[in-house]
Amino acid sequence: MAEKLIELKNISKQFPGVLANSNVNLTINKGEIHAIIGENGAGKTTLMNILYGLYEPTQGEIFIDGKKAVIKSPLDAIKQGIGMVHQHFMLLPSLSVAENVVLGSEPKKKKFFMDYDKAIEITKNLAQKYGFKVDPREKIEALSVGVQQRVEILKVLYRGADILILDEPTAVLTPQETDELFNVIRKLVSDMNKTVIIITHKLQEVLAISDRVSVMRQGKLIGTLPTQQADAKILTEMMVGKEVLFHDLHREKVSGEKVLEVKDIKAKDNRGLTVLNGVSFSLRAGEILGVAGVEGNGQSELVEVLTGLRNLEDGDYFINGKKITDVNPSNMRNLGISHVPEDRLTMGLSKEASLWENLLMGLQHKKPFVVKKIHLNKKKIFERTDNLIKEYDIRAIDRYMKVKKLSGGNMQKVVIAREFSFDSPILIIAQPTRGVDVGATEFIHNQIMRKRNEGAAILLVSAELDEIMRLSDRIITIYEGSITGEFKNKEVTKQTLGLYMTGKQNKLKGSEDN
Amino acid sequence: MLKEIFNLTLLQHTIRTATPIILAALGGLLTQHTGMLNIGMEGMILLGAFFGVLGSYFFGSSLMGVLLASLVGVIIGLIFAIFVVELKSDEFIVAIAINMFASGLTVFLLRSIFGVKGAFSSPDIVPLPRVNFSFLENVNFLDKIFNNHSIFVYISWILVALIYIYLYKTPQGIWLRASGEYPEALLTAGVSAKKMKYKSSIYCGVLCGFAGAHLSLGYLTLFSENMSANRGFIAVAAIIFGKANPIMTFIAALMFGFFDALGIRLQVVGVPSQFTQMIPYIATIVALFIVTNRQLQKHKKSKGERELA
Ligand SMILES: Nc1ncnc2c1ncn2[C@@H]1O[C@H](COP(=O)(O)OP(=O)(O)OP(=O)(O)O)[C@@H](O)[C@H]1O
Ligand SMILES: [Mg+2]
Repeated sequence: MAEKLIELKNISKQFPGVLANSNVNLTINKGEIHAIIGENGAGKTTLMNILYGLYEPTQGEIFIDGKKAVIKSPLDAIKQGIGMVHQHFMLLPSLSVAENVVLGSEPKKKKFFMDYDKAIEITKNLAQKYGFKVDPREKIEALSVGVQQRVEILKVLYRGADILILDEPTAVLTPQETDELFNVIRKLVSDMNKTVIIITHKLQEVLAISDRVSVMRQGKLIGTLPTQQADAKILTEMMVGKEVLFHDLHREKVSGEKVLEVKDIKAKDNRGLTVLNGVSFSLRAGEILGVAGVEGNGQSELVEVLTGLRNLEDGDYFINGKKITDVNPSNMRNLGISHVPEDRLTMGLSKEASLWENLLMGLQHKKPFVVKKIHLNKKKIFERTDNLIKEYDIRAIDRYMKVKKLSGGNMQKVVIAREFSFDSPILIIAQPTRGVDVGATEFIHNQIMRKRNEGAAILLVSAELDEIMRLSDRIITIYEGSITGEFKNKEVTKQTLGLYMTGKQNKLKGSEDN
Repeated sequence: MLKEIFNLTLLQHTIRTATPIILAALGGLLTQHTGMLNIGMEGMILLGAFFGVLGSYFFGSSLMGVLLASLVGVIIGLIFAIFVVELKSDEFIVAIAINMFASGLTVFLLRSIFGVKGAFSSPDIVPLPRVNFSFLENVNFLDKIFNNHSIFVYISWILVALIYIYLYKTPQGIWLRASGEYPEALLTAGVSAKKMKYKSSIYCGVLCGFAGAHLSLGYLTLFSENMSANRGFIAVAAIIFGKANPIMTFIAALMFGFFDALGIRLQVVGVPSQFTQMIPYIATIVALFIVTNRQLQKHKKSKGERELA
């Protein structure tokens, strides 16, 4: 019989207007990998935040090792040996990796001073031990999300946590990175007796890594079962409450004009290093062009250049055959580009603003939402807001809710809803389903395909090869800032793409020659 | 005439007039780092000046004056933090309230305790000690510029270094900065961001208390109504100009001190005081314009920074 480590008893959490957790009873055994799944807004993050001391439960008790635990702040949780990697990163952008790793319990010299060299050494050793590649001196703001994720994990490991809570750690990782992370998790459990709670929306991950899985729906814990007894169908049914059918996407034949073209464009990253090294491609109306690449090979910067957020250092950029001389965000928007950014919190949303304000952005100066240029027409605005909330199934208390209080997946839906509602002829979409549940992913995929069938030109960047292969008409692979290959979808395998994405296409050619 | 303006006295005055600005700005940059812009420093300095005189007069000791001024600084700093951190009030409104309260209270106490209007001075107010380094006496210009200042002049220089070390070389300093940059991140690392905000606000109160005590006990021993004379606001300008870095802020404060002193020198040679008094403010506006303009340019250049138009 497995030993009980954590028992959550009868936990409820009432937020104004939402019961985020309702009488949840959950037991975590010592040394297990326990997955928690559920739709967006089911209450997973809330439950884990309670365990980590960020929220006080309205009702209920926590037992650790059979003893009642009082966890009123993250510090209490850390003392109990709990560490948490949050769904949205808790890193200080202006500090270095090492400073972030040791934040809160810094190594000291002469009692009073921060021992920076020691912090670097600690970080280096930890990274080495778990096979992470990070430079301890690098500032967080210069790092890709994948690397930031690793820093978050190092932070938890540094504190020597025995219980690791990972809230959607794989949402921002590439499949390779996910595999690496899973190896680390397995090692932590088998060699170091740690216990891991992992939240994810990807069922194949649940099946691959967990010992047991708990399913949440609308704040309630529907059930816990050994992973061996589970399969994707059972879990989906438990999550949604009904069977979910995946239809093939309907792809119409559209042959459109060339609307966007870049020739030999170059750009630098935040550190001033060249990340785009002469990229050329074109995009037609009614076409989805997928960009496949391992995170950090220039695809993020490519998106930023196309949307005017990053300086175009060199090369030509054409829209509808006209060369764009002044590439800046407002200009690009006026030229008909919509943008779903990869990082919803820093670029896609204003988290302190309300739902309606976030949905309005971009239209605030346009008729009929503004009267005489200064007065907002609330009636019209709210009509549109409410329609979008309904259409995109955004789970919120009301339109006045601050966006930061939405669950992660619902934030993503806000960005999608806004950008898709502009009816722009060009859509630049990065990581559209990051942190989104199965049902909503299906919905977003359908929306993207609908846009395509209506004649929009779509550039899709995603870390999910499956997503790219499902949606794209054409796929380009990007590696170290250059395009290494171009394929018609359905004429290429995942393996081939994988080789092109890692710059090993020559191997393929070699083997073909033989 | 130029010789009469640009002489050693000008530099000596610069150091002297810059000191209260330096002290206040050092406090204000701490709250700035925790995400609170404190324009209530103006009132905090005024209160410090008054209670400095009060303490020194009644206890016959300038140290007691400084202690009383600091104590009042702690209390006002605490009140500022309670309103801004706990009750989430707007920091500008709270600061303006502090400024109005300070100017009203000091006028009121001036009358009810000392029974005078406008200003109070008495031989019983013990001034702060002056410091003389004998090794400087040999070199005339060093002696003129750096010697024989009130003690807070030297303390303020030491504080610049200490606060720099505190902010950038100690864990506490990292937490203080983190609490302004991303409070949730600090919280999840097990450190209360609120606590750091409280601390910064209290430090700021104490440093403004020092600034006030220096004003009323440093050279002249007197308190006069509204004697802080906008130094709190100039300190805010110095913080913005120095990007809340202690050393840069120190330099900015010295610069404002210089223009202040220049105004006084000009007055000596007969330029109407209405004009000379404008100099520090014009300098402030010009300086702020330059800084913000430079930041704007930089911003335009690095369009890649994460921001939507
Ligand atoms: N601070 C808050 N104030 C008010 N409501 C909140 C707050 N935090 C979460 N909620 C609400 O509680 C519910 C559960 O949110 P939670 O973040 O726990 O969902 P989740 O299961 O983690 O979803 P996702 O998979 O999208 O991350 C949602 O309806 C959300 O809007
Ligand atoms: Mg969540």
